Amino acid sequence: MTDVQNRIAQIVEGNDVVLFMKGTPLFPQCGFSSRAISILDHLGVAYETVDVLQDQEIRQGIKQFSDWPTIPQLYVKGEFVGGSDIMMEMYEAGELQALFGGADIGG
Amino acid sequence: MPMAADEIVDLIRAGIPDARVEITDLRGDGDHYAARVEAESFRGLSRVKQHQAVYAALGGRMGGVLHALQLTTGVPT
Repeated sequence: MTDVQNRIAQIVEGNDVVLFMKGTPLFPQCGFSSRAISILDHLGVAYETVDVLQDQEIRQGIKQFSDWPTIPQLYVKGEFVGGSDIMMEMYEAGELQALFGGADIGG
Repeated sequence: MPMAADEIVDLIRAGIPDARVEITDLRGDGDHYAARVEAESFRGLSRVKQHQAVYAALGGRMGGVLHALQLTTGVPT
């Protein structure tokens, strides 16, 4: 694994819920990232974010990490969940609520 | 750089022959699309795998020339 892939793995494993996004929760820099934050806030779950615009290595590396070409990307308990479209589909199906409810997410 | 809706549909169908593709140009600017892709071959695949199949069909354009594609996938009902 390259250094950046190791760094990403550490971030993903070190946080129960982490969103790689463009911008910050207060100032998302892309509509898809904004939508992902809205869903997480609505569910009231504690999460960390990584602003890929501040780190070009992670911005590129995260695409290889899960073979996923776009940002945002949500990881829960070390597992890749999906981008904002999948988050929305899962939210509408009640699956995201179940994922957070059952994951014993630390505050 | 924008991409025509027909081109997106053709690429997805070329990669996933049984796909039914509905595409909407969200802003009429040829740059922000929503696509619904249904295929029998998606049955049994996770949402992530279904989306990855569509991204594979788009051959690396996703996140590149194709910036904004809102995607939903499923099996035909």
